[in-house]
Amino acid sequence: MALIEFVAVERRYVSEAGEFAALRAVDLHIERGEFVALTGASGSGKSTLMNIMGCLDTPTSGLYRLADRNVAKLTRVELARVRNEFIGFVFQNFNLLARTSATENVELPLIYAHCAPAERRKRALEALDRVGLSDRSTHLPSQLSGGQQQRVAIARALVTRPPLILADEPTGNLDSVTSLEIMRLLAQLRAEGMTIVFVTHEADIAQFAARKLVLRDGAIVRDEVQST
Amino acid sequence: MISFPEIVRLAMVALRRNKLRSFLTALGIIIGVAAVICMVSIGEGAKSRIRGMIEATGTNVLLVMSGSSSTGGMRGGAGSQPTLTWEDLRALQTEVPNLRAVAPLTRTSTQVVNDNGTWTTTVYGTTPEYFTIRNWAIVRGSGLSASDQAGSTKNAVLGQTVVDKLFGGGADPIGQVVRIRNAPYVVIGLLDKKGQSGMGQDQDDAVFVPLSAFQARIQGGLSKFVPGPVWVSAATSDGVEGARTNIATLLRERHRLADDAEDDFSTISMAEMAGTLTATTQTLTTLLASIAFVSLVVGGIGVMNIMLVSVTERTREIGIRMAVGAQPADILAQFLVEALMLAAIGGAVGVVLGLGVGQLLASKFGWSMVARTDIILLSLAVSAIVGVVFGLYPARKAAQLDPIDALRYE
Repeated sequence: MALIEFVAVERRYVSEAGEFAALRAVDLHIERGEFVALTGASGSGKSTLMNIMGCLDTPTSGLYRLADRNVAKLTRVELARVRNEFIGFVFQNFNLLARTSATENVELPLIYAHCAPAERRKRALEALDRVGLSDRSTHLPSQLSGGQQQRVAIARALVTRPPLILADEPTGNLDSVTSLEIMRLLAQLRAEGMTIVFVTHEADIAQFAARKLVLRDGAIVRDEVQST
Repeated sequence: MISFPEIVRLAMVALRRNKLRSFLTALGIIIGVAAVICMVSIGEGAKSRIRGMIEATGTNVLLVMSGSSSTGGMRGGAGSQPTLTWEDLRALQTEVPNLRAVAPLTRTSTQVVNDNGTWTTTVYGTTPEYFTIRNWAIVRGSGLSASDQAGSTKNAVLGQTVVDKLFGGGADPIGQVVRIRNAPYVVIGLLDKKGQSGMGQDQDDAVFVPLSAFQARIQGGLSKFVPGPVWVSAATSDGVEGARTNIATLLRERHRLADDAEDDFSTISMAEMAGTLTATTQTLTTLLASIAFVSLVVGGIGVMNIMLVSVTERTREIGIRMAVGAQPADILAQFLVEALMLAAIGGAVGVVLGLGVGQLLASKFGWSMVARTDIILLSLAVSAIVGVVFGLYPARKAAQLDPIDALRYE
């Protein structure tokens, strides 16, 4: 059974200039354990697709099934629950809470999963250990390098043990050496069985994925398996 | 939604992160609550003191005065002529049943001189019965007597304040001489300390001389009318209204007033005077408390202002929280509890500060204060309500943010 299933998903925005279709009739299946890169020029609909996949946005029409449940028509409250339970986010600009320690940042999703404080702390430290930052648990984001901050963000995405990790340009703010480190970390997580979908516009970063989707004008124009 | 302790913890973390800002925001509430508590406590203190004064003076005391009465006021009819004559006074003393004592009280403000210096005080001319009515004891020497009255003796009884000013604290003035309007008076007695009256007047700043001597030497000649109030004490406090009716009947008869004519005199009981004073105090207290309440509302607007700034500043944080699974209700609760805690902490500190300032003012100016639990609880409740009311709009604004926009916010 596919983890992600898009059937004729459309997303239209209405503005003063008229209606604009950011996504048109997207059909897509992603199985558990896949490692997918999403590429395309800016304005091609990558971000819209990611937002819908991440349950931050809902399709105007069409069907979106995530782990066998239809999330296309959920309310804001239900979407929040799905995000908490099924999805871990990694952002281009890390999006860590400032003046908050690495551990507390990683604990954040567990607060909304109603996890007890002691359990929260334990799992956050485990997640930090998994990304190789167990010695930085009390550091603030401002005391960490970009690569380390992104690792904290990945630990935060992992900590609820979600089936899906969505990364939006995870290496966009990092130098090439650090970018490779982060991609190797994601590849390692995938090897441990996680499903990872990431957006990138860099060809060498996209090379890490086992499957590459190319979007243009709101539609998937290429869907290819690639050897890593 | 996440648990309440968790929300409180989140709010505490956020408030601690901006300590100065949190303090300044709470300060608006602190000042508002402190002002309300301080005003009400001092107002209550004044009221209880008036009540205390009335109890000390005696609930069976009546004042009879010239001039028509007016409701609530002590003396009505501006420019009213004196109407009580010395014969009226004698009639009151002899013809009205169930009165314990009747005493006229005349007064003038003048200088009292001795070898040590000069002191401007109030000199009263009265009869010995006055001290009976006031329950005012002599602590040293002896009081004015009937023979002083009969012989117009130049004897004087002094209040504590006058003794302190003219002879120095702790001195024994008995047998010493003071001069009033160039006539020497022998000090024969020292009155017990009475403190301030309900109107804030120092009752011990007084010199008493026999009425006859006052009329002859100080007032300068006899007049047909009694120049001051006549103090009357009913035999029992239940008998005050009866005594009042009897006095009115007697005086109307003596003044030959027609049935439809208004009284040309007035009687006021201590209870009425207390009512008037208490009502005045209450009005002032209410007025001041209202002004203080306005500052509490202004403090609430300060809370709202800061919460709005905080929501804007933390838009990204809200986006992150939403992305990792915070529901709109979680965000609403977090910001609402933040505002509520600012207001509640401000309220609690305000109560302590208000009581402290009230105590300070009371001891500095010789007022008294009474802390009322219901007002304290009400202030705390009002500041909590202020927190909720003024926190709700910013919190709703935060909860309604779109997570995608919030994450992109720069």
